[in-house]
Amino acid sequence: MNDMTPTREQRSAALEGMGCKRKRVEDIRFTQGKGNYVDDVKLPGMLHGDFVRSPHAHARVKKIDDTEALKVPGVLAVITAETLKTVNLAWMPTLAGDVQMVLADGKVLFQNQEVAFVVATDRYAADDGINKVVVEYEQLTPLIDPFKAMDADAPVLREDLAGKTSGAHGPRKHHNHIFEWTVGDKELTDAAFNKAEVTIKEMISYHRTHPSPLETCQCVCSFDKIKGELTIYGTFQAPHVIRTVVSLIAKLPEQKIHVIAPDIGGGFGNKVGAYPGYICAAVASIVTGKPVKWVEDRIENLTATSFARDYHMTTEIAATREGKVTGLRVHVLADHGAFDACADPSKWPAGFFNIVTGSYDFPTAHLSVDGIYTNKAPGGVAYRCSFRVTEAAYCIERAMDILAQKLDMDPAELRLKNFIKPEQFPYHSALGWEYDSGDYATAMKKAMESTKYAELRKEQAVKRAAFKRGETREIMGIGVSFFTEIVGAGPSKNCDILGIAMFDSCEIRMHPTGAGIARMGTKSQGQGHETTWAQIIATEIGIPADNIMVEEGNTDTAPYGLGTYGSRSTPVAGAAIAMAARKIKAKAQMIAAYKLEVHEDDLEFDIDGFRVKGLPEKFMSMKDICWVAYNSVPPGMEPGLEAVSYYDPPNMTYPFGAYICVMDIDVDTGVYKVRRFHALDDCGTRINPMIIEGQVHGGLTEAFAIAMGQEIRYDAEGNVVTGSFMDFFMPTAVETPHWETDFTVTPSPHHPIGAKGVGESPNVGGVPAFSNAVNDAFSFLGSTHIQMPHDYWRNWKAAKELGAVA
Amino acid sequence: MIPGPFNYHRPASLADAVNLLATLGDEARPLAGGHSLVPMMKLRLATPEHLVDLHGIAGLKGIRRDGNRLVIGAMTTQHELLASDEVAKSVPILHEAALLIADPQVRYRGTIGGNVANGDPGNDMPALMMTLGASYRLEGKSGARDVAAAEFYQGAYFTALEPGELLTAVSIPVPPAGHGSAYEKLKRKVGDYATAAAAVVLTMSGGKVATCAIGLTNLAETPLLATDAANAVIGTSLDEASLKKAAAAAQAIMSPAADARGPVEYRKHVGGIMVMRALQRAARGN
Ligand SMILES: Cc1cc2nc3c(=O)[nH]c(=O)nc-3n(C[C@H](O)[C@H](O)[C@H](O)COP(=O)(O)OP(=O)(O)OC[C@H]3O[C@@H](n4cnc5c(N)ncnc54)[C@H](O)[C@@H]3O)c2cc1C
Repeated sequence: MNDMTPTREQRSAALEGMGCKRKRVEDIRFTQGKGNYVDDVKLPGMLHGDFVRSPHAHARVKKIDDTEALKVPGVLAVITAETLKTVNLAWMPTLAGDVQMVLADGKVLFQNQEVAFVVATDRYAADDGINKVVVEYEQLTPLIDPFKAMDADAPVLREDLAGKTSGAHGPRKHHNHIFEWTVGDKELTDAAFNKAEVTIKEMISYHRTHPSPLETCQCVCSFDKIKGELTIYGTFQAPHVIRTVVSLIAKLPEQKIHVIAPDIGGGFGNKVGAYPGYICAAVASIVTGKPVKWVEDRIENLTATSFARDYHMTTEIAATREGKVTGLRVHVLADHGAFDACADPSKWPAGFFNIVTGSYDFPTAHLSVDGIYTNKAPGGVAYRCSFRVTEAAYCIERAMDILAQKLDMDPAELRLKNFIKPEQFPYHSALGWEYDSGDYATAMKKAMESTKYAELRKEQAVKRAAFKRGETREIMGIGVSFFTEIVGAGPSKNCDILGIAMFDSCEIRMHPTGAGIARMGTKSQGQGHETTWAQIIATEIGIPADNIMVEEGNTDTAPYGLGTYGSRSTPVAGAAIAMAARKIKAKAQMIAAYKLEVHEDDLEFDIDGFRVKGLPEKFMSMKDICWVAYNSVPPGMEPGLEAVSYYDPPNMTYPFGAYICVMDIDVDTGVYKVRRFHALDDCGTRINPMIIEGQVHGGLTEAFAIAMGQEIRYDAEGNVVTGSFMDFFMPTAVETPHWETDFTVTPSPHHPIGAKGVGESPNVGGVPAFSNAVNDAFSFLGSTHIQMPHDYWRNWKAAKELGAVA
Repeated sequence: MIPGPFNYHRPASLADAVNLLATLGDEARPLAGGHSLVPMMKLRLATPEHLVDLHGIAGLKGIRRDGNRLVIGAMTTQHELLASDEVAKSVPILHEAALLIADPQVRYRGTIGGNVANGDPGNDMPALMMTLGASYRLEGKSGARDVAAAEFYQGAYFTALEPGELLTAVSIPVPPAGHGSAYEKLKRKVGDYATAAAAVVLTMSGGKVATCAIGLTNLAETPLLATDAANAVIGTSLDEASLKKAAAAAQAIMSPAADARGPVEYRKHVGGIMVMRALQRAARGN
């Protein structure tokens, strides 16, 4: 070989395949302001629609008068529930098996509910029209406190459900009850508690918050009357599901609906569901024959489209005096707002909350969840987490700390004592999951060593003593969290949405010059799929990632897939990519064997092509094979080089991690400072370490926001008091702590490339780490549990209640 | 979040602006940086029929020293305050407070005139101007007059400005050389208005406070001058007891609203702490 021949390392590096910190290809357009978002879509003759919304949380709608509105120059139509009834669309089905008003039908059930849709020639005229629509309301008693929802005299919210004693998930116990979901062995669990040496019990609330993507929800609907076709450009995390839903409810043939999700500015679960805006824009386009755009503003996004959490979790642990857990009992009161519009797999009314046994070997557990209606916005989506997994992780991680405190044991030590051991995998949890793989103790110990955990505890003891002597007004907290996620929904045996199994798909076509295109059923909202999907293909088939174009979001060209949320893209679609690539590789091997005149089995794959075993000079590159695929394939073989894979995963994947947070709190003002935050993640095989780090940074920042102040808060009348970024805590770079990241690698045994998914881990593990740090700071003053969010005034209130401030 | 219809005017002189405002009457509002007014218009809490943009008027900008006063044109932006060596040197607390207003984007547009004329108790400049003993020049059809900042604020968004009058300049007596000052502002994040803030300007003599003024931001319907609190520390060495006395005297005049920043009790509590911290830091810097 001469000097010019690239080394194996050079050939491998040229692919920019898995493990490479490949720069994000999508950033070239994003950083130059050249992305193409829904609001960039401007069609000829396009109209604009906007909503009249309810100022009340609970009221009867007596009359809607649009006379003056229709006189506003530019206003063309005012659509109400009465209009929608003529096309049978006043109500729409939700993903959770409930129905939801598209526009107020007789009454309103939450503040800012959609009451009428004003269509005008421009956005300003639409808003002027809104201000001229006169709605007459008769106010009703609002129901805000979830704990009062099932009182005998609680107001009836859903009159449409009168007499319905059962819903999509079984019997209903009360007019404001949606479902009860139970898992686990009650008798065995009760028995464990009866003979327990130590028990703890605490009501742990995970407050209502909101995914708040920077780009709000929006769409442009364009109906072609001649062809009878509807094109919808929208901010959709799951475009195919949207098309199927639209087809089912609008009774349009599915092939005549074109759903296109262009660039999306963040989703975090907010853009999974179907909203009244989509339906109204579609109906308005069908009625007017013109394209209609609907773009939410910030207040509308925060107050009307899907919220997250609002879980109130009464949690009990039974344990031995030595700190071995023997049972877990959890009851959840789940506030779903006015309609059950959770975006969970259809058979899972509380998502995968039964991952609540966490990383610990609980011999028995029992869980029950009661879903209830209140006069708040609907939702309950997975905000940067798999379905209800952040709730579960917060619940168990807080409860383990409370148990440690009761046992007077270090919280890290208690966790180490109860971890599921590596040899126990695949592990069957007491609440029904089969954990695929994990090495928890190694990860925990590594994080403890990196942060010098033992020294931190010593420092804390010194500071506590100083505080008690009155020498400082600052208290120090160390938050430990060890989470196990369940992501990658999901196997068809467990998961479907409206009857469609939650597989995902990939279609790869290699072109003659050795470049190709991969089309996907997923849809990036910022995760960097265009970069990472190409890396998987690069490693699998030996074509540089730069030569692979990744395309998502157009239901006409993309293979059917269930979309991107719940950290499912890498576990499910990532597997489909590898499987499709392997089909390509198998055909390529046959072509190479034919050209090199050997038997297929005599070939071995070597980075970027096939080589005859034992004859290193007999080599054919993948690039050359692509060319041959289009002119001289073996006799009997079809030309071309393309493959498609629909992947139904055999199991979920279970990423995990150990997070440690160090925080100092000034008791006089409640002001906190996050001194350190260390995040060790194990997401199995790492496709692009730079993107993983970016995902972890983003997720931790959201976790920080949620734990330390971000909330959707209602007053007693049902008014949202945190409806803008002035009050809804959206941290800037200034408030955001510095993040330290680390990793271990425990590949998933059932995933073709061993990857587990990472986008949501930092939110799942981050929230309990922050909350545990605050709780740990205050614990020596005698508190057991302080509810989130831990904003300044609440920290001060905690200090005051504990007697630390006058 | 879409404003209603309005007409836009851009007069080239102060006389034209004053005339326009007089002719258009109540439905006209001056527009400076727009960073308080435009958000209100987007929420349709303000629906002026006419906006009179002051950016075309040459004489309304600039910072100049006039004897022992610093005179700042109303249309001077927060960013220009921050860029001024004169401000940093002679009234350092103005530099400090301007830096605590929102973010660079807001400060590039927002003006000192708009900030003090707005009458929003959350704005930082009004309490500071009261503390410094500043006065505002107001000009209208019937001529010009000077009103002390301390006399200007009457209620939330309610000031001594008469209809048709413009605030053209802010005039600040330069505090004596060797004075100490501090602006302590507690806020939840960048871009937030104060949960509570206190401005202190003082002079020390022989280790004791000789003169002192204290202003409070966002702790009542209007900015407050905490005179009793200031008197409580004069003649003291800012010992623990005097600090507490000052905080208590300041708290006695606070009447903040409960909001997402916290309940009334908390806001008053931290208001007291801001007073103590500002006093201590002002004295230290002396
Ligand atoms: C996100 C954000 C955060 C902010 N945070 C802070 C903060 O922490 N502290 C703070 O102090 N401010 C804050 N502000 C407000 C900002 O400083 C504004 O720029 C300032 O309050 C108003 O100045 P303006 O030049 O923008 O005035 P405008 O918004 O143009 O006008 C405000 C009002 O004053 C009137 N007006 C303006 N100029 C004159 C004049 N010369 N004579 C008579 N009337 C006049 C207008 O008619 C209007 O009623 C914030 C603003 C934003 C958007």
